[in-house]
Amino acid sequence: MSEFCSCYECENCNYFLDDMEKLYPVNLAPWVPVVGLEVHAQISSNSKLFSGSQVQFAAPPNSLVSFFDASLPGTLPVLNRRCVEAAVMTGLALNCSINKKSLFDRKHYFYADLPAGYQITQQRVPIAVNGSLSYSLCIDNKMSQMVTKTVRIKQIQLEQDSGKSLHDDTRSQTLVDLNRAGVGLMEVVMEPDMCCGEEAAAAVRELQLILQTLGSSQAVMAEGQLRVDANVSVHHPGEPYGVRTELKNINSLRFLAKAVDYEIQRQIEELENGGMILNETRAFDSKLGFMPEPNLPPLILYDAKSLPANMNHQQVINIDWIHERLPDLPSVKREKLVEQYGILPEHSFTLMNEDGLAEFFENVVKQTQMKPKRVIGWILKDLLGYLKEHSLTVKESPVSSYLLADLLNLLEKEEISSTAAKQVLAELWKGEGKTPLEIVKEQKLQLLQDQKELEQICQAVIDRQENEVMAIKAGNRKVLNKLIGLVQRETQGRSSPVLVKQLLEKKLSE
Amino acid sequence: MVIDENAVDTAHFGLISIAFAIIPNAGQPLGVLDGIPVAVKDNFNTAGIETTCASNMLRGYISPYNATVVQKLLDQGAVLLGKTNLDEFAMGALGSDTGGSTRNPAAHCGVVGLKPTYGLISRHGLIPLVNSMDVPGILTRCVDDAALMLGSLAGHDPKDSTTVQDKFKPFELPNLTDVSQLSIGIPKEYHAPGLSSEILSLWSKAADLFRNAGAKVVEVSLPHTRYSIVCYHVLCTAEVASNMARFDGLEYGHRSDMNKSTESMYAATRREGFNDVVRGRILSGNYFLLKQNYEKYFIKAQKVRRLIANDFVKVFRSGVDVLLTPTTLSDAAPYMEFIKEDNRTRSAQDDILTQAANMAGLPAITVPTALSERGLPVGLQFIGRSFQEQQLLTVAKWFEKQVQFPVIQLEEVKRHDHSVFQHQKSSSFSYHRTC
Repeated sequence: MSEFCSCYECENCNYFLDDMEKLYPVNLAPWVPVVGLEVHAQISSNSKLFSGSQVQFAAPPNSLVSFFDASLPGTLPVLNRRCVEAAVMTGLALNCSINKKSLFDRKHYFYADLPAGYQITQQRVPIAVNGSLSYSLCIDNKMSQMVTKTVRIKQIQLEQDSGKSLHDDTRSQTLVDLNRAGVGLMEVVMEPDMCCGEEAAAAVRELQLILQTLGSSQAVMAEGQLRVDANVSVHHPGEPYGVRTELKNINSLRFLAKAVDYEIQRQIEELENGGMILNETRAFDSKLGFMPEPNLPPLILYDAKSLPANMNHQQVINIDWIHERLPDLPSVKREKLVEQYGILPEHSFTLMNEDGLAEFFENVVKQTQMKPKRVIGWILKDLLGYLKEHSLTVKESPVSSYLLADLLNLLEKEEISSTAAKQVLAELWKGEGKTPLEIVKEQKLQLLQDQKELEQICQAVIDRQENEVMAIKAGNRKVLNKLIGLVQRETQGRSSPVLVKQLLEKKLSE
Repeated sequence: MVIDENAVDTAHFGLISIAFAIIPNAGQPLGVLDGIPVAVKDNFNTAGIETTCASNMLRGYISPYNATVVQKLLDQGAVLLGKTNLDEFAMGALGSDTGGSTRNPAAHCGVVGLKPTYGLISRHGLIPLVNSMDVPGILTRCVDDAALMLGSLAGHDPKDSTTVQDKFKPFELPNLTDVSQLSIGIPKEYHAPGLSSEILSLWSKAADLFRNAGAKVVEVSLPHTRYSIVCYHVLCTAEVASNMARFDGLEYGHRSDMNKSTESMYAATRREGFNDVVRGRILSGNYFLLKQNYEKYFIKAQKVRRLIANDFVKVFRSGVDVLLTPTTLSDAAPYMEFIKEDNRTRSAQDDILTQAANMAGLPAITVPTALSERGLPVGLQFIGRSFQEQQLLTVAKWFEKQVQFPVIQLEEVKRHDHSVFQHQKSSSFSYHRTC
C-alpha cells in the first residue's frame, strides 16, 4: 500500500510507508524533505589521474601501484589528459560552464587508504560549474504518465580516488589495497533540489546513462565505479533548511532510494518527538583546511577563440572540439525514438533504461514489416519480461533481434496467430538453434489458410451448438466467444480469432 | 681527497676506487661529465642506494628509482661517490636550495654555489621540503664547472609538471672583458642587522671593483625584504606539514612496533621517526593551515610573497642586470658558538640574505671572494633575472677572475681557533645548521 508523501511542494513523489505505518503520525504537520547528492564517478581511462599505473577492476591486491600512488618520497603528479577530456565532456553534457582555468588542491586527512596523507582535488576552482540535469519520473508508479524534473549541478571536480582498506578484526589488523588509490574521479555535486528517494535514484540513474553514453565513466555501481553520498534534511515550509545528515558511499540505486526515504522518516520522527538532528560526519574534516597543490600548475583549457595559432594540438585541450564530437545524450535519443517510430515516451524511456535494448528494438524494426508500434509490445513485454525473469542482460539474450524479427514477420503475414507466436517465442528461449519457421512446422502452429475449410468448421460448430446460437440471436453477444473457442479447439488453435469471429457473425446473420 | 665520514653518510668506496684507478679508455666518453666524481645530497633518490634524508623515518630506505637529476649525471658519465649528510629532511644543507642551503654552505666553504631558476631543473626524485621553492643546487670549485653541470641538468622533465617547456640550450661562458654595458644593483635592504663589518667592507669593495671597471653601479630598493623571513616561515612550515603527512610507516620507512590501532601506530611512528625540528615545523604548519587561520596566515603570506617577487621585477625592469649582495652575515661560526642559538633563531639569521631569491624563484650564485680575518671563506652573491643563467654566470665568472680567491690554509685556521675541529666526533644524525 502506498501513501502520498507529506512533501509540501512535490505533488508527484510517492512515499512507501508499508513498514512505517506505525510511525505515521496523527498530526500531519507538513515537512519539506530536502535531498542533495555528491556523486563520485570513476573515470574510464587506461591509467590513473596523476600516474601511469593501470586502472582495472578486481586485479590482485597492490599490483597496480606506481611509486607515486604509494606516495614514495620525491614522486610528483603528472596530469592525465584523458581524465581532463572526460570531465570536460561530462561538464558539457550537463550544461555546465567549463572553467578555462581551474586549480588543484590538497585535502589533508590521515587514513590507511590515503598514502600521501592528502587527496589531490579541486576545491577552490573546479573544472566545471553551474549546470543542470533533467530526469524523468513516473507518477503513481504507472508507466502511463511521466513528468520531467531538473536538478541543478553545482560543480564537477577532478580528484583522486582512495585505496581500499579491510578491517580484519579476528587478527586485529587492517589490510590495505592501493590498486584504486589515485584512480581519477569526477565528483558531480547536485544541489538539494530533490525531495525524496525516488527523485534521487532517478537523477542518479539519468546521470549514469549520460556517463555511459559519453564513455567518460562506465558507471557500474556494483563495481564501485559510481558511488553516491546523500545529504538529507527536513524543514517546515517557509522556515530555513534543517540540519543535514550525510549518508555515505551508497552503491546501489535501490538502496539509495530506500536509505534516503528512511532517513527522511527518521528525521521527521525525531523532530516531532522533540529531538534534534546531529551532524556527525562534518566534525571529521573540519579541522584542517586545504592547501594549493604546488606541484601542479593551473589547468588551462582553450576554445576555438582562445587557442593560440602556433600551439601544438597534442599539448592542449580544445573545449569546442570536444563539444562538436559529443554523442547524442539519452534525452535526445529518447525523443528521436518517439519521433521516428511513433512510440510513447514511456516506451522510449524503458528502451533507453535497459542497456542495449534500444539498439535491439531498432534492429528488429529494420528487419520486419511489422509496425514499430506493434513491435514495441513484444520488446517491452515479452522479451524484456523474459530477460528480467532470468536475470539476463539484453546482450545475453538467447533470442537475437534477427530471430525475433523473423517471428514477427510470420505474425505480420498472418501465417500464425498471436497465441502461436508466443508459443514459438517460448521455444526460441531454449536457444536450441531452431528458426521460428522450423518450430511452427514442428508444432503445427500454422494458421489455416484455407478459408473454405474454416467456413466448414464454423458451420459445423454452429450446427452443433443450437443453444448457444439461439442465445446469440436473442442478443447475448458474449456467447459468441464460446463458439470462437470451440472453433479454435477444432482447429487446434490454428485459426485467426478475428477471422473466425467474422465468419461466425456472417453465418449467424444469414 | 679527504672524505669526512660525517659528511658522507653512504660512501661508495667501491666507486671511489674506480674513480681513481686509471681505466684504459676503451671508447667514447659517456658525456661531458665522464669520469667526474660527484656527491649527491641524501634527499635525492638514488636507485638501489639508501636514501634517508638524514632522518630516522627513512633509515634503511632503499630507493627504487633515480631522481631525474641523478639520472642525468649518470647518463653524462659522472661517478656517484656517495650520499652526503644533511639536516634532517633538508631543514638546511647541501645540494638542494630552498632558502639558501646550497649558497650558504658554499659561501662558508669557499666554493661556488648556484641556485638555478625555479622550473629550470627537474625536482622529480628530490624529496621535497617546500615544493614551491625547492630547486636542485649545484656546488663546484669554479663558475665554469657550474655552467657545465647546469648544461647537463637543466631542461623540461615530463615527470615534473613545474619545469618549463622551453628547450634549454647548454652554454659556454664567454670571457667577459668589457663590463661597461652592465648595470649592477646594490639593494640597500641587504645591509641587514648582524652583517659583519668584514663582509660589509668586502661588499663595498666588490661594488667598487665593478664601478672602476666601467660598469654602472646603482643603489636599489627591495622594500619588502624585511617581511620575507616571516613570510618564508609560514609558507615553509605549511608545505612541510603537508609533505610530511605521507610518512605514516605504512608503505615504506620506519614503522613503530606500536600496533594497538592504526592511529596509535601513526602517532608512535611519527614521534620516533622525526626529530624535534621536524615535528615543530609540522605543528606550526598545521596551525597555519587550520581553516580559521588559513586566510590570516597562509593566504596573507602568499600575497606578501607576490610583493617580494614584484620588488625584483620592478628593479630588473628599471635597467639593472644583476644584483650584488652578501651571501651570509659572517664567516662560519665555530661549533661552540653555533650551538648556543636554537634552530628557529639560527635559520632566521642564516637565510636572511638568501631566501628572497627562493621566494621569487630567481637564479642566484655565490662566488668565493676572500678569506676572513679568521682565515675562513667568505662569498658574495649575485641574483639574476628569471632564466637568465647565462648572463648571471658570465658576470659571476668575471668577478671570480678579478678576486682570485686563494687556497685555504687549514693550518692558519686551526691556529686561530682550535675548537673548530672538536665537534667532528659528536655529530652524526643531529643537525649541523639550519635552512
